[in-house]
Amino acid sequence: MAIVTTPKKACAVNPLKMSQPIGGAFAFMGLRGAMPLLHGSQGCTSFGLTLFVRHFKEAVPLQTTAMSEVATVLGGYENVEQAILNIYNRAKPEIIGICSTGVTETNGDDVDGYIKLIREQHPQLAKFPLVFVSTPDFKDTFQDGWGKTVACMVEVLVESPAGGAERDPARVNVLPGCHLTPGDLDELRTILEDFGLKPSFLPDLAGSLDGHIPDEFTPTTIGGIGVDEVAGMGRSSCTIAIGEQMRRAAEAMQAKTGVPFRLFERLCGLIPNDEFIAFLSDISGRPVPAKYRRQRGQLADAMLDAHFHVGGRKLAIGAEPDLLFDLSSMLHEMGAQVTAAVTTTQSPVLERIGTNEVLIGDLEDLEELARTRNCDLLITHSHGRQAAARLKIPFYRAGFPMFDRIGAGHQLSVGYRGTRDVIFDIANLVIADREENHQPTPDSWRTSRQPLKPSRRSFIASTEESIA
Amino acid sequence: MSSLSATIQKIFNEPGCAKNANKSDAERNKGCTKQVQPGGAAGGCAFDGAKIALQPFTDVAHLVHGPIACEGNSWDNRGAASSGASIWRTGLTTDMNETDIVFGGEKRLYKAIKEIVSKYNPPAIFVYQTCVPAMIGDDINAVCKAASQKLGKPVIPVNSPGFVGSKNLGNKLAGEALLEHVIGTQEPDYTTPYDINLIGEYNLSGELWQVKPLLDELGIRILSCISGDGKYREVASSHRARAAMMVCSKAMISVARKMEERYGIPFFEGSFYGIQDSSDSLRQIARLLVERGAPSELIERTEAVIAREEAGAWAAIEPYKPRFAGKRALLITGGVKSWSVVAALQEAGLDLVGTSVKKSTKQDKERIKELMGQDAHMIEDMTPREIYKMLKDAKADIMLSGGKSQFVALKAAMPWLDINQERCHAYMGYLGMVKLVEEIDKALFNPMWEQLRRPVPWEQVAKNRQTKVMAQMDAQAAEVAADPETTRRAKKVCFCKEVDLGTLEDAIRSHGLTSVEAVRQHTNALGGCCKRRIEDILAKMPVSSPPAMLQAAE
Repeated sequence: MAIVTTPKKACAVNPLKMSQPIGGAFAFMGLRGAMPLLHGSQGCTSFGLTLFVRHFKEAVPLQTTAMSEVATVLGGYENVEQAILNIYNRAKPEIIGICSTGVTETNGDDVDGYIKLIREQHPQLAKFPLVFVSTPDFKDTFQDGWGKTVACMVEVLVESPAGGAERDPARVNVLPGCHLTPGDLDELRTILEDFGLKPSFLPDLAGSLDGHIPDEFTPTTIGGIGVDEVAGMGRSSCTIAIGEQMRRAAEAMQAKTGVPFRLFERLCGLIPNDEFIAFLSDISGRPVPAKYRRQRGQLADAMLDAHFHVGGRKLAIGAEPDLLFDLSSMLHEMGAQVTAAVTTTQSPVLERIGTNEVLIGDLEDLEELARTRNCDLLITHSHGRQAAARLKIPFYRAGFPMFDRIGAGHQLSVGYRGTRDVIFDIANLVIADREENHQPTPDSWRTSRQPLKPSRRSFIASTEESIA
Repeated sequence: MSSLSATIQKIFNEPGCAKNANKSDAERNKGCTKQVQPGGAAGGCAFDGAKIALQPFTDVAHLVHGPIACEGNSWDNRGAASSGASIWRTGLTTDMNETDIVFGGEKRLYKAIKEIVSKYNPPAIFVYQTCVPAMIGDDINAVCKAASQKLGKPVIPVNSPGFVGSKNLGNKLAGEALLEHVIGTQEPDYTTPYDINLIGEYNLSGELWQVKPLLDELGIRILSCISGDGKYREVASSHRARAAMMVCSKAMISVARKMEERYGIPFFEGSFYGIQDSSDSLRQIARLLVERGAPSELIERTEAVIAREEAGAWAAIEPYKPRFAGKRALLITGGVKSWSVVAALQEAGLDLVGTSVKKSTKQDKERIKELMGQDAHMIEDMTPREIYKMLKDAKADIMLSGGKSQFVALKAAMPWLDINQERCHAYMGYLGMVKLVEEIDKALFNPMWEQLRRPVPWEQVAKNRQTKVMAQMDAQAAEVAADPETTRRAKKVCFCKEVDLGTLEDAIRSHGLTSVEAVRQHTNALGGCCKRRIEDILAKMPVSSPPAMLQAAE
């Protein structure tokens, strides 16, 4: 349905996109005792770290090989070696995950080769889990970095089951996309366990970034899936992948272990969850628990109550492809018009979004489209706050990063219950906006709403609260 | 790149830096930051530093030439505040892709500059170099020069790619860019004898506005603030100021020193953190201005304002002092001068159990010693694990630090206060000090801490169950003890040697004893004062033949 276009701008204004290496590092944060390591200059790590810390309000493990100018010219072997040794000795991690960056990809560091050499030089590292992913900054985006890294983890860490090994019928692998929050993962875990299934999440951010308070101080991740559990994922009966970005990892799992997969593109909305629950009932051989029958009813009621407010809204949405597809489809199914859709990178799901055009662009594009097409609901991550203030339309924060509100790690959107919450939140924003900004006056019928004119001067002159 | 490395060398040789003055030549050439360790570093890069230093110029477009990571991951993350323009908060980047890496990014950069001029028409554009274009040899100086000429607008290259060094070096390189391309390029509309520059002040959370009213009241004009809430035109004409204050940071010292050299603007190093420091700084400003020709009555007026403000601040802080008595604070800070905060906290009556001196000079350390006494606990470098332990062991009641270490404190269920750049309260000036004290009070006395530190009741329930079982066992033992027979047997017979009735009865029974003498042999009983009692026992005990086995043994 939708045509995917790319604007011809030389200068990205108010980027929607974030870089691939931190998407990769993010995936490593879902492993227990992990230390993600960016092979690049200090800033690559420091910017990513600040972003994660502001989003989760948690201590975040992330290290750097601290490439200097000279090291960049001479090659980064020594930096990688030193970094691994330092982390190994000090932080005592269970795994180190390495992502390359723009600098080290430009000079062509062969990190896979380095790792081989390092294992030879330092026998204590011979069997130590080290996973390397190539993630140049100048290609692809956050979501791609995540997808690639999970695929790499599957290739390196999952063991092929021995021939004739029994599969555990209750055990299920779950490969969640990076648009799911720790809260979403916990919700999925509960749902799967209610069907008597034993899920293994790769990666499992719910164990590491859900905000729980550990008894001891650890410089690595404080939870997540253990390397040993990942190794045994080949004995599961099936794999559930969530989001198109996880196709690569699911295929890698199938190729390596023969475990079949089912990919759910979305888990927000009535129909997608019906399919999901039906699938779980099918693989577990159990009827749907009464709890979910009730939750389905609650969602249906929420849709009935909210459609008055959401129906007909002109939505401007900016997000990475999977989240964009998920949320915009759900709202489209609630009667909203997806009027402006901006994303970061190519994906097969984009052309199935219920709109005419999807733009691979930035938040300036989104703001401009929202202004010219009179959108009255904005959905994007926290960087959309400036645009929202200028457009003066209700703004629902979704995706990463969400640094100007708390509780980002627990925003729920999956399952009947998650969908219900999202619908309530958005409808309430719309109601509040109507009460605050659109109360009828004796004259309001006389002047129908004037479309806001795209004005460049007002863009600069507009003064909004600039304190974070 | 030779010019960049030359600039860096020059920065390392900064004569105005007190820390530098104490070094040998060889040490100096190595630069002022420790070589970062791969796998053990946490700081930002030189690009980060340059951006921090310059981004608070609010009417300038800040364009980052590099792949998406440099700007996409970091834009709009600073708490500086603007009184008007908002273009500085707009994230602008060339978002270099693979093709640009292969064919060079200069054309894209030029086009980007052109787009910005046509869209936003800002008074100037700052172009930041990053690692990748520096590696592939994009010459941003040349592009900026060409763009300036063609577009008739200042386009300033800030040559500070991330991999050349630390955040601190980036601050300095940003200063160099200002000196080379901006300062002195325009003239102010008018000048007064009361014009000053503030150098190295970023107006975080709008805290400059807590001091500005005092300066306004004294008739002192901030001709240019580098760079908090600054405008391009102001900094470009800042060379006409009469005096300058270098605020709280060594990073911009070369700007202050070179402006003194080139334009004869005297400067002093001061701070608006803490009551004493604020007063000192106001006095210094007045003194410098008067030395440069302002009427001398300025000094009296300044003293009057200081007296009024100090009295007000002290009065506001006074009620907190008894509340803070005995409360211990741990101060972990990089950027803000430690001693100025130390002084401020002591003014409020807090005990300081330690302060970090990672970036302090020798003089700074001396001052800390002066303030905190000889036994001052100065922390050179503390790992998060050590901080956590210190807090967990309750060696401090509150930690004040930058945002990155906040969770170390919070996860130890310890009060914490942000005093670095991401904070959302303004702590400058007299008002700021009162605000800081208020915030510390709020943090320290929040009833939440007590709830969080309380043990979980269900763990208590489990413990109770255990104690219940223990109690039952104890009770059984007590019951046994309460048995009349046991009580009877426990009665002491020989008080000298503490021999009880039971022991004697057992001995008599098992050995078939009949005389006091025999009892004395078989037990510890002395048979002195207790002779009568033993005779009584013997008389009461039925005479029984001892077991055959014992008899045989005898």
